Amino acid sequence: MCYKNAYKIWRDSLKTIVIGVIGADVHAVGNKIIEYTLTKSGYNVVNIGVLSSQEDFINAAIETNADMIMVSSLYGHGEIDCRGMRDKCIESGIEDILLYVGGNIVVGKQDFSEVKERFLEMGFNRIYPPGTSIDQALKDIKQDLGE
Amino acid sequence: MANYLLIDFGSTFTKLCAVNTEECEILGTASDFTTVETDINDGYDKALEKLYKKIDRNIKFEQVIACSSAAGGLKMAAIGLVKELTVEAAKRVCLGAGAKVDLVFSHHLNQSEVHQIIDKKIDIILLAGGSDGGNSESVIYNAEILGKLGVKIPIVFAGNKSAQDQINEIFGKYEMNGYICDNVMPNINVLNVNSAREKIREIFLKQIIEAKGIKKIENFINQVILPTPSAVLEAAKLLAEGYLDEEGLGEVVVVDIGGATTDMYSICSSTKRSDVIIQGLEEPFAKRTVEGDLGMRYSAPGIVKSLSEREINFINKEKGVDIVSEVTKRYDNVKLLPENSQDEFIDQFLAEMCAYRSMHRHCGRINEVLTPMGKVFNQVGKDLSDVGFVIGTGGVIINSKYQKEILKQTTNILHNPSELRPSDPKFLIDYDYIMAAMGLLSKINPMAALKIMKKHIRPIRGVQHETSK
Ligand code: B12
Repeated sequence: MCYKNAYKIWRDSLKTIVIGVIGADVHAVGNKIIEYTLTKSGYNVVNIGVLSSQEDFINAAIETNADMIMVSSLYGHGEIDCRGMRDKCIESGIEDILLYVGGNIVVGKQDFSEVKERFLEMGFNRIYPPGTSIDQALKDIKQDLGE
Repeated sequence: MANYLLIDFGSTFTKLCAVNTEECEILGTASDFTTVETDINDGYDKALEKLYKKIDRNIKFEQVIACSSAAGGLKMAAIGLVKELTVEAAKRVCLGAGAKVDLVFSHHLNQSEVHQIIDKKIDIILLAGGSDGGNSESVIYNAEILGKLGVKIPIVFAGNKSAQDQINEIFGKYEMNGYICDNVMPNINVLNVNSAREKIREIFLKQIIEAKGIKKIENFINQVILPTPSAVLEAAKLLAEGYLDEEGLGEVVVVDIGGATTDMYSICSSTKRSDVIIQGLEEPFAKRTVEGDLGMRYSAPGIVKSLSEREINFINKEKGVDIVSEVTKRYDNVKLLPENSQDEFIDQFLAEMCAYRSMHRHCGRINEVLTPMGKVFNQVGKDLSDVGFVIGTGGVIINSKYQKEILKQTTNILHNPSELRPSDPKFLIDYDYIMAAMGLLSKINPMAALKIMKKHIRPIRGVQHETSK
């Protein structure tokens, strides 16, 4: 009983991150690497996989009481797929959840500072340019989740 | 002598089925009206009298067991957090346990919802919400409001494991009739039906049967063990999977069209393909769905409601009927039996619609996503394409002159590539209406139940007219 309780307290104390690949995007490899890296770094990772809609992310975040949603978009349509996501979070009662996005979120070589600006306006907390690996983002995650 | 008497106290009919498990034979079947409003024994005695006209009165039954959907069946309320996740998981568990899900609620309950639970005379509440370690605020809130408003019916808690202790305290504080089970959705999109389903069956057995006035008959009956739909699901599973060295039929679908509902059962995996990406909540291998708005009498208006104005006009013109008034007639007189060919024709049409629409809701969907490596498929729900058999049961199908026309409606007659309906199944009929009885027997002697089903559930008889038109 005591052991079970200890496990429960430990498990409940982990921060929960919902990850997945948004829209009609099937790039599956990076998603697996993110799951592996975050789990190893001590997070409770809820991976909803590829081809996930905004609602899939939000629903999973509600049920798991998640602290962060980390959206991947690799195929270039990230901006369209992410539009309105923060509003839906607000409607769903998880207005304070952290929203991260990364991968190859827009097509081609656009000026990333502009892209970032647009995503900030859409209510995302952290926006990563192409080529940013998940390891590079770990520092931000730690900081934002208050550890 | 291994003789068993199996009883199904249905909503309208009490059906008896006497079997011998050594010979794997049906000794006889008989039925009469269910009389739960007065004394359930009346209908049972009449049916038994009919049965004794067919079989030797001196036959001793080793056991008499029953299933029941009398007095409204097992009425449940399913409560979860998010509609697509724990609400859906809770609903599926209730359906798999053979219940009618009369109320479905998400997020925080409000007072009016709790009053609906009380007013609708719900038998059991399934309270879910949160994955394990996830949201516990919602289930705690809901348990608290149920307690505060004095709900005393059985509540099965099958939500976030981390909330169990607090839920237990609330159950204690308000002296509620609560039970704790494993989470119906321990992780996102993972469905866990067993623990909650067994608890529901247990409560049904211990508390609900008695409340429904079925207990009175216990002198003759050893046990009422299952809600009827749950018995049918057990039978379908056994028939599909086989038992020991006795082979089953492989994947099957069962359709049961009744006066108030259409039940659809599928026994198969979600997909066998490797080129699909499955989305959403995991599907149960043995899945039951119930359409409360699709039925031949009480729910006949629901069929028309699902049609557009244009479709209604088209049907009226094409078939020379007034479908709306026909449907109202059936709703007003639920005991109506077809008297002429026009009545039969309408009933046939309604049955076909029930079969078509309930499969539309039961089966999965598939969409293509294009990549340079070719197509990738995105699937939601179950893929029934390869199902080998579609079995029709229930009075409407068994008594139809055009059984095949009804069962054909479960296939992809409109060639909609996104609906994963059975593509080329064989059609079988439960001629002797024994599936519920065999579900019961499967609990005692699965081998005999399987052999009897394989013998008696047969292809459609003789040459059937291709069309009813
Ligand atoms: C393999 C591959 C495919 C495979 C995918 C197979 C599969 N199921 O996984 C297939 C052939 C199916 C495919 C299809 C397409 N692809 Co492709 N594909 C690639 C390729 C070559 C490798 C992707 C990969 O697995 N990388 C390895 C993993 C480990 O890296 P990653 O995915 O980038 O993920 C890491 C980081 O991005 C980061 N990350 C990801 N998300 C996030 C989120 C946050 C918050 C953070 C911090 C970090 C982060 O961390 C991950 C792990 O380290 C890339 C090119 C490339 N070299 O990247 C193109 C590439 C991604 N594809 C591309 C395109 C255009 C397509 C198609 C649209 C092509 C078409 N015209 O049909 C389709 C789209 C299909 C669809 N609907 O999704 C483009 C995208 C261009 C853009 N965004 O501007 C790329 C970049 C190629 C290119 N240079 O043009 N592709």
